[in-house]
Amino acid sequence: MTDSDASAQPVARTDFYREIRRNKWRTFVILAAFVALIVLAGIAFDILLGFGIAGVAIAFVIALVLAFLSYFNSDKIALAVTGAKPADGPEYQRYHNLVEGLCIAAGLPKPRLYVIRETAPNAFATGRNPKHSALAVTTGLLEIMNRVELEGVIAHELSHVKNYDILASTVAVTAVGTIALLSDIGLRFWIFGGRRDSNNNAGAAGAIVAIVAMAFLILAPIAAYLMQFAMSRKRELLADSTGVQLTRYPPGLLSALKKLQTDKAVVHRTTRATAQLWIESPLDRDEGKKGAWLNRLFDTHPPLEERIKILESM
Amino acid sequence: MTAVIIIVAVVVLLLLVVALMYNSLVRSRNRVDNSWSQIDVQLKRRYDLIPNLVETVKGYAKHERETLEAVTSARSNAMTAQQGGDVAQQAQAENALSGALKSLFAVAEQYPDLKANQNFLQLQEELTSTEDRIAYARQFYNDSVLGYNNSIQTFPKNMLAGAFNFEKREFFEGAPEETGPVKVQF
Repeated sequence: MTDSDASAQPVARTDFYREIRRNKWRTFVILAAFVALIVLAGIAFDILLGFGIAGVAIAFVIALVLAFLSYFNSDKIALAVTGAKPADGPEYQRYHNLVEGLCIAAGLPKPRLYVIRETAPNAFATGRNPKHSALAVTTGLLEIMNRVELEGVIAHELSHVKNYDILASTVAVTAVGTIALLSDIGLRFWIFGGRRDSNNNAGAAGAIVAIVAMAFLILAPIAAYLMQFAMSRKRELLADSTGVQLTRYPPGLLSALKKLQTDKAVVHRTTRATAQLWIESPLDRDEGKKGAWLNRLFDTHPPLEERIKILESM
Repeated sequence: MTAVIIIVAVVVLLLLVVALMYNSLVRSRNRVDNSWSQIDVQLKRRYDLIPNLVETVKGYAKHERETLEAVTSARSNAMTAQQGGDVAQQAQAENALSGALKSLFAVAEQYPDLKANQNFLQLQEELTSTEDRIAYARQFYNDSVLGYNNSIQTFPKNMLAGAFNFEKREFFEGAPEETGPVKVQF
C-alpha cells in the first residue's frame, strides 16, 4: 500500500468528508474501468469467434441482464450462501439496539439483521442501497465481543452501507463474473474449433489481431480480480475511519480488531467470491498452510496490524 | 434576434440554478429540524422506561427509597423542562436524570437477586442503549447543523441564504464533563 496510507489517516473531522467524496469518485473511476474492460473483452471475444456486430450485441445484453439480476438479488444470494438467518428473539436485543443507535448517528434507515451460526467471529453488510441493506454477524462475534467492541464492528459495517461500498462490491462481483465468463467461453470455443475456418481478411495482420485478442481474454479476468481486491482494501480502511466517526470512540473498534487478530478460526461457509464482504478476511491466511500464500496475494483486506496501527494513531 | 434568445436562455438557466440551490437549502434546514425532534423521541423513550425500572428495583431493594425517589423526581423535572422549551434548562435536567440513573444502577450492584432478574437486565440494556441513542441523536443533530451552516455561509449559497432569511443554527453543547457518548461496560 502506498498512496492510500496517507489518505486513510484522518486527523480532523473535515478530512472524513473529503475521504467520503474521494471514495465516491474512486468508485466511479473503477466502475468505468470495469465497463471498459467488459466492452474490450466482448470485442476480443468477437474477433476470435467472428460473430460480427450481433455477437457484441448479444454479449452486451447478457452483461446487462447479469448486472440487473445481481443489482436486485445480490443481498439474497450473499445471505443464502453464508447461511444467514433473521435475527429474531430476545437474545439478539443488544444487537438490534446497537444497530438502531448507530443508524440514528449515521442518519440511515435500519437494515435487516441476520445471524450466522458460526464460531468464527466475523460480520458483513450487503444490499444495493441504504434502504435495501442487510447486516449479518456470526454468533461467535456476538459471544466474544463486549458491547463497546460490538458497537465498533457494527459501525464499520454501517459505514460500508453509508459509503455505498455494498453497491460497489456487488457491481464488482458481477463484473468480474461477466469477464470471467466471456473469457472462459471465448477461449474454449477458440481452442475447440469454433473459430473462423479461414481468416478471410487474413494475412499477418489478422493473425496478430487474433493473438492479441486471445492474450487479452486470458489476462482480462486476472486484471478484473486485481482491480476488485485493490478497491476492497481501500474501502476497508475508509470504513474503519467512518465507523469511528460514528462512535467517536476509536478504542472500541481497536479492541475488537485485536480480538479478531488473536482468533484464528475461519468461517466455513464462505468462498473467495464473498470474501470482500466481511469485516475481516474469512479465509485462512496462516503461514505454512496450503493455499495461504494465494489468499494473501489476492487479499481483500489490508493486514489487521496495519488497521490497528492506524486506529491507534487517532 | 439571437441576442434575445441568448438572454432568455441565460435567464432561464440562472432561475433554474437558483431554484435548485434554494431547494437544497430547504432540504438541509428540514434535516436540522427533523434531527432535533429525533432527540425528543429518544428522550421520551427514556421517560417511558423509567417507571418500569423503578417498579422492578422496588421489589428487590425496598431500603433504597432515597435513590428511587431521586430518579422519579429527576424524571418529572426533566419532563417539565422539556415542555418549557428552554434548551439550557432542559440539558441541565437531563444531566441530573442521567446522574440519578447511574447511582441507581450502582446501588443495584449490591443486590445479586436483582442483578439476576431477567426483567431488570432487559431494562438495563434498554436504558443503556437509549442513553446511547440520545447521544447519537445529538451527534446527528450537530452533524446536520454543521452541514447546514456550511452551506448557508459558503459561496454561492450564502447569497441566497441572505435573501431568503436562512438563519444560522446553534450546536447542541453537552455539559463539559460529558462530551461524547457515555460508555458503560458490563
